[in-house]
Amino acid sequence: MDVFKLILLIFLVVCAISVSLTKNLLTSIVIYMSYSVVMSIIWIILESPDLAITEAAVGAGVTSILFFVTLKKIHAIKGEEDDVEAKNE
Amino acid sequence: MSKLRTNSTDSKWCRFVNWVNGTVEETKSEEIKEANAAEEVAATLEEKQSLISKVGNLTGETSLNKRLDAFQEKGMKAFHRVNKVMSVMICLVVVGVLLYTVSFLPEFGDAASPVNNEVAERYITKGMQETGAVNIVTGMILDYRAFDTFGESNVLFVAACAVLILLRVDREKDSKKNEENDRVYEPKNDVILQRVATCLVPPIMIFGIYLILNGHLSPGGGFSGGAVMGAGLILYVSAFGFKKTERFFTMKTFKTVTFLALLFYGASKSYSFFTGANHLHSIISPGTPGRILSGGLLLPLNICVGLVVACTMYGFYALFRKGEI
Repeated sequence: MDVFKLILLIFLVVCAISVSLTKNLLTSIVIYMSYSVVMSIIWIILESPDLAITEAAVGAGVTSILFFVTLKKIHAIKGEEDDVEAKNE
Repeated sequence: MSKLRTNSTDSKWCRFVNWVNGTVEETKSEEIKEANAAEEVAATLEEKQSLISKVGNLTGETSLNKRLDAFQEKGMKAFHRVNKVMSVMICLVVVGVLLYTVSFLPEFGDAASPVNNEVAERYITKGMQETGAVNIVTGMILDYRAFDTFGESNVLFVAACAVLILLRVDREKDSKKNEENDRVYEPKNDVILQRVATCLVPPIMIFGIYLILNGHLSPGGGFSGGAVMGAGLILYVSAFGFKKTERFFTMKTFKTVTFLALLFYGASKSYSFFTGANHLHSIISPGTPGRILSGGLLLPLNICVGLVVACTMYGFYALFRKGEI
């Protein structure tokens, strides 16, 4: 169990650093989601399942979706533009 | 650090430096321009106008960038160097201070740490008798610290109001345009998404309701259950569109539910605090711990908090997407 915990904690650190180093905003949101999911597993290991549920629902679910919607509103998601380019080519 | 080859132009470090310095801006804006030009072909007349204005802005920006580069190249370089060094220094100092502070905190799971005082002891030993909740956490946040939770619910309500003020779209003027814009980018009738939502939404909603109703018996409670229900509603909306949810969830529902839940919370908790503080006889009894209808006010308060949270989550999403609930 200690090894598992260590792996999860290292994953958290890697996620936190890579969020700040990614240039693509969409990727950083996905990394943020995975951070939340790992965090909720850690909450379960720390014996607080109610926090785990909240973390999974709010951190991985609602907050990231709001980020996605914001990115879409400010036209920062590159996927659609790439599609248009591919069609033209 | 040996991997960071500062000499080669293609290395990640160099690209990162360029990105920090903002020197890649020109090529990037050109890319955006190309993308915009490609989009223009497919765009409608209205979109064309906005895009043309956008492209105009971008050309203005690039010419400004060129001028800046020409005139202030040396000054900017020095500024960027100082900026880089200073940012790294500040980060290191902050990290060091925080780590130094953490080293003074009591160890995790330490029995002698100052958090383990008489308050926690009372919650653990007498919590079940006094509140009637098997789940001590719910007993704490909805009985001993009920006004904290009341404030939190009000914070959610105020946040929804603030988002409403900031993002609301005037229905007559812009709503139609926005709807069309959203439809351009969204696969509204995505079959995979709809099938998955058909399978997933009912269990998610039932799990949320279970968390709320069983909050005083098992882990969970108003906030987690409400968040799960809100997430389920958001999944439903993104699969089936707003027309389906508008059958049962409109601005009026949002207002009524939130208002009634907050009013009931405030009134019932005021009653229980009033009678408790004055040693009057309260009609609310804790009941037998472990049964679903026990814990006095815990169950209704959980339902109130859950409704407020679910409505707020869905309201946020709806306001972000179409500018109205």
